[in-house]
Amino acid sequence: MWLAIAVGCAGCFALKLVGYSLPRRVIEQPVVKHVAELLPVALLTALIATQTFTTGHHLQLDARAAGLVAAAIAVRFKAPFLVVVAVACVVTALVRVVA
Amino acid sequence: MSDAEPDAELDPDGDADLGTEPIWPATRTGVLRDAAGVGLATGAYGLSFGAISSAAGLSVLQTCALSLVMFTGGSQFAMVGVIGGGGAAMTGAATAIMLGVRNAFYAVRMAGILDVRGWRRPVAAQLTIDESTAMAVARTTVRSSRLAFWATGASVYVFWNLATLIGALSAHALSNPRVLGLDAAAPAAFLALMSPRLRSREPWVVALTAAVVALISVPFVPTGVPVLFAAGVAVIAGVRPNGATSRDKGAR
Repeated sequence: MWLAIAVGCAGCFALKLVGYSLPRRVIEQPVVKHVAELLPVALLTALIATQTFTTGHHLQLDARAAGLVAAAIAVRFKAPFLVVVAVACVVTALVRVVA
Repeated sequence: MSDAEPDAELDPDGDADLGTEPIWPATRTGVLRDAAGVGLATGAYGLSFGAISSAAGLSVLQTCALSLVMFTGGSQFAMVGVIGGGGAAMTGAATAIMLGVRNAFYAVRMAGILDVRGWRRPVAAQLTIDESTAMAVARTTVRSSRLAFWATGASVYVFWNLATLIGALSAHALSNPRVLGLDAAAPAAFLALMSPRLRSREPWVVALTAAVVALISVPFVPTGVPVLFAAGVAVIAGVRPNGATSRDKGAR
């Protein structure tokens, strides 16, 4: 775990530092910029999907899905970050109690 | 962390603007007040990061190390998210690094404004995140831009780390995070972080494709790897010929 933390931290810091060290034209290629814009979208959606709809190596539909729907509604109404997270937790917990 | 795109243009060589701000003390007060506000707001994210990280099984020390050293919210959430989902820690680190790519672009922007050398360069690099960059490029002069960067970076650093510690300690006090629905916290956090990026058709298509690819591959590959496949979706979509220019113009 500590090794992974060190690798992750070093990688993230190197990325920050490289922007101060490399010439601007090297890093600001249109293709590089475009991939960089799409990476977070793909990674975060994949994380949302796998953490909501899977358990281990199985697809599973459970209370977490209700939490995610509630979070999406909260986002739609421009709720603050903490409210979005809290709504998801509360709804998931309530569905578990009822089910 | 928030998701402002630092699109505002600021002359990178605009040193001539130094000191020409009409009412500097008032500007300075405004910049510092904004910096404190942003720091407090990100403290809220820090609380949830600390809690989610603890729920994922990281110790308080490991959780705090991430906030102190990695110090880039999206990457930190992703790393503990992968680990919490049962993925290998190294896979989490890889995901975190890919999410940190945007900071390199922020750094390019800030390098032109800050003009840092020597020991200040790594310090500036560490503080280069969504918030500090957004606040800096929103300013119209180099002087206020630099102050906004340093003040916001420092403020977020302090509040983010304090909140992480509090969040981690409080989650550790709970016996079963599932009862409180805490396993739904990370996906909700990712959703809130990602939603500002869904401004045009292309990110929607990439998002949905990534989700489908990830879910389909879950039964067949080690945990955490489906997320790396999703990164492949972004790379393929990004390097596609004529995908970049035409669509981006439509979106802006």
